[in-house]
Amino acid sequence: MRVTVTVRPKDGILDPQGEALRRSLAGLGHAVSAVHAGKVFDLEIEAADEHQALAIADQVAAQVLTNPLIERYELAAGSEAAA
Amino acid sequence: MTSVGVVVFPGSCDDRDALRAVELMGAEPIELWHADADLRGADAVIIPGGFSYGDYLRCGAISALSPVMSAVREHAAGGGPVLGICNGFQVLTEAGLLPGVLRPNASLRFRCHDVDLVVERASPWLPDTQPGDVLRIPMKHHDGCYFAPPPVIGELEAHGQVLLRYRSNPNGSVNAIACVTNRDGNVAGLMPHPEHAVESLIGSTDGRVLLGGLLGLSLATIRFHDAPKAPA
Repeated sequence: MRVTVTVRPKDGILDPQGEALRRSLAGLGHAVSAVHAGKVFDLEIEAADEHQALAIADQVAAQVLTNPLIERYELAAGSEAAA
Repeated sequence: MTSVGVVVFPGSCDDRDALRAVELMGAEPIELWHADADLRGADAVIIPGGFSYGDYLRCGAISALSPVMSAVREHAAGGGPVLGICNGFQVLTEAGLLPGVLRPNASLRFRCHDVDLVVERASPWLPDTQPGDVLRIPMKHHDGCYFAPPPVIGELEAHGQVLLRYRSNPNGSVNAIACVTNRDGNVAGLMPHPEHAVESLIGSTDGRVLLGGLLGLSLATIRFHDAPKAPA
């Protein structure tokens, strides 16, 4: 079962990568006022049901995929990778 | 003779300099591998610089999960000294042995140059120095911006866990913090490289101060462990 973990910088945390992107986009003339750069992980989980898969993904996200000092995450079950 | 274990992860690159620096300081260097289950009897541990596991996920995050880190954790919990340098500092924060986290430099540039570190306080880690003294040590990193939430920074400062500050902040670290310890004071980490500053031939020897501190703390620990035990 697939669970997608989306990791974002916490609000208010300096995000130099996002800021560099924003400046580059502004340089190209795009009207983008803010960029926050994160990460996406697609986990294929062996679980009996969606509830269990989400519980496993939650543990993995909290313990390994994020550093809680600077990052937050969201889980989405069953989403497909972009074709 | 005091022995110092240097942990080698896949992607470490400053382990040899660290091993050599330990030898120059008159101690016995012991090479440790990330898959080791124990510290091969080392009295102290250096987690060296590099790009362990390719810096995948977050710098130091995957190394923090490696088998040898369980042994390092146990060593630290028993009061044994541990020094994390550069990537080693990142590993120790990710392992929860030091507070905070290292983020990309505020400038987003890889900075490679000597840096002046101001001694914040008297500490066994900084033998023969006074507050205000300056140590000149090379740095070379992209992810050296020390960060922790304000309450954590407040605690660090209140408990004297900040040992060194940058004179001119090269990476955006909060409060220009360059070197921190855990609450007990036996685990320390910094981004600059004391192991690259041990011979006058190539510049500064100020790195010997921290390495001397590591050895001094080891001796204190050895004395503690070897103290005569009360008869059973």
